[in-house]
Amino acid sequence: MAQKIVIDPVTRIEGHSKITIHLDDEGNVHDAKFHVTQFRGFEKLCEGRPFYEMPSLMARICGICPVSHLVTSAKACDDIMAVRIPETAFNLRRILILAQIVQSHALSFFYLSSPDLLLGMDADPAKRHIFEVMQCHPTLARDGIRLRQFGQQIIEWLGGKRIHPAWVVPGGVNEPLSEELRDRILAMIPESLSIIQRTLGWFKKTLGRFQEEIRTFANFPTLFMGLVKSDGALETYHGSLRIVDSTGNVVAEHLNPSKYMDFIGESVEPWSYLKSPYYKPMGYPQGIYRVGPLARLNIIDKCNTPLADQEWAEFRLLERGSVLSSFHYHYARLIEILLGIERIERILNSPEILSKHVRAFAGPNNMEGIGVSEAPRGTLIHHYKVNEQGLITWANLIIATGNNNLAMNRGILQAAKHFVDGKNLKEGMLNRVEAVIRCYDPCLSCSTHALGQMPLQIQLVDSMGDIVDELKRGK
Amino acid sequence: MNPSIRVKTFKIDDRDVSAREDETILAVARQNGIFIPSLCYMDGLTPIGACRLCMVEIKGSTKLFASCVTRVEEGIEVITNSKRLQKYRLRILEFLFSERNHICSVCVSNGHCELQSMADQLGLTHVRVPYRYPIQPVDATHERFVVDHNRCILCARCVRVCDEIEGAHTWDIMGRGVEARVITDLNKPWGESESCTNCSKCVHVCPTGALSEKGKSTAEMKKKQQFLPYLTWIREGRT
Repeated sequence: MAQKIVIDPVTRIEGHSKITIHLDDEGNVHDAKFHVTQFRGFEKLCEGRPFYEMPSLMARICGICPVSHLVTSAKACDDIMAVRIPETAFNLRRILILAQIVQSHALSFFYLSSPDLLLGMDADPAKRHIFEVMQCHPTLARDGIRLRQFGQQIIEWLGGKRIHPAWVVPGGVNEPLSEELRDRILAMIPESLSIIQRTLGWFKKTLGRFQEEIRTFANFPTLFMGLVKSDGALETYHGSLRIVDSTGNVVAEHLNPSKYMDFIGESVEPWSYLKSPYYKPMGYPQGIYRVGPLARLNIIDKCNTPLADQEWAEFRLLERGSVLSSFHYHYARLIEILLGIERIERILNSPEILSKHVRAFAGPNNMEGIGVSEAPRGTLIHHYKVNEQGLITWANLIIATGNNNLAMNRGILQAAKHFVDGKNLKEGMLNRVEAVIRCYDPCLSCSTHALGQMPLQIQLVDSMGDIVDELKRGK
Repeated sequence: MNPSIRVKTFKIDDRDVSAREDETILAVARQNGIFIPSLCYMDGLTPIGACRLCMVEIKGSTKLFASCVTRVEEGIEVITNSKRLQKYRLRILEFLFSERNHICSVCVSNGHCELQSMADQLGLTHVRVPYRYPIQPVDATHERFVVDHNRCILCARCVRVCDEIEGAHTWDIMGRGVEARVITDLNKPWGESESCTNCSKCVHVCPTGALSEKGKSTAEMKKKQQFLPYLTWIREGRT
């Protein structure tokens, strides 16, 4: 007889989704699907608007990573204006992106995922949250809040406010950095560095406890994609795309991000509003690839900052080729926080950063513009077309989380097959399926540019199509 | 002062005031530091009573009077603020917000918009009428300026400043009711207007983000309106 258990609330992802797990006649997991269930239509609603309004408009896609959309959109607008922005503006935008990565990664790791890591996957769900972490591990909780504050504070100081700053504009930024602000940011660096080093030390020691999760959390061969600098170093703002396979071999490099349509296809499935991008030369769905912190650390030749390079070298020893387990997204996130802090310090210490020349002016010179950067969750693509007046006629967005859609789907199937026993269901089993999704830190509201409070819902469906079990958040 | 113009004495909010007979209630209120909200009114331009925000009560009459176009009268008692007036003023603002597409967060005039600050000042917290969400065009054909009809409140300041101060009369209003909109020349794209002198006065008197300089990003369009009284004064001095 079909039974239904509702656990409410299920939290700790950004956005809203549904997972269905299908069982066969024997009660074993047969299939699993990750549905993103809402639609917003930013690509459509921006039509007719002046292109220079796009950064602010597109930043509204997300309240967690508005900076990524802001900067990537501004890059697409720079392309429409056909300008090379001043060097200082280029570097100020880089700082903003790095601050965004630090704060977003800190949010994902400390606020959303640390309860699983510290309290255990099978801990009482009523206690498996950040407040319990504060009770049991106050230092770690405080560290997480301080790190997030570091990133958010930089965004606020530079951009004027923490969420949806309007400081980044087509052609550069609208105000230079003052010496006083620079010194205030630099003063925060030592504490942030020591926090992240302490956290990395702790995290590496705990890895032993999660061997089963590491083995089964979306641990399979895929391609990995991200931006790299011309010297192969990790890049978050500007560079060319590189694609690496599961053995660590470079499949393609020096890919011009502006030509993304030549090598990235976008497929749609009837059961999700989230499109499934794939690497075109390998076809759909074989062209599955992953982006984000894990991918970035897999594709690069170096981080190019001393402390992060040491950690990166150690990280790459985890496996012979690419690091395949999505569980290690957490690990990669911590290394990227370290890298972000080191890079911010380095950029701020260059004297040109205080230059007053931070903006280029031009009208619409190209009828099309493409901006690509690395958001916390991976490669983000904004692509616009305008008419002669500079009004948007067409837009296409590939959001970082969307790139991981195929991998998230395959990941939950792998974890469900390993952990879920349809005949003897336990909450901890389903939490592990959710935790796979948490590894990717998906921003689902971003990925479909979606609106509203949709629940995360997991449905367990038997071979007759009846719902055996259900976990959901919200009404 | 012309000696044939007489002085009237009357009351605004129980305060005794005096004014020339050719002055309006709004002008006298402002001279005396009494606040009456307004949007279409602008010092230096002919008042037209379009926005109706400056409506006041006059004791003994059930009618409301637009104070920007109502001349003073001997012995009248004007009330600038009452429950009834507050209700009407808020309702007018609600209609303005719901009539077109005012999205402050992405607007070039965010933080420098007279409609936005008026809503704040009058305590508008909700719009209780359904939004119309009309599809309105953006005309970006002009080399330097843009008109975004989504943000226009039909105050006609652009029409008046262009006609009365610049003397070009590029702007007009076409259509009636909710279909009304500002046009350049005989409804030509602004960029093709033969009469426009590119002086930008219309842009700077526009109370919202409807008229703006091209390329200005969110919240960057700060209007400079100091020029208007100065220009008016110079023109009056010449005649």
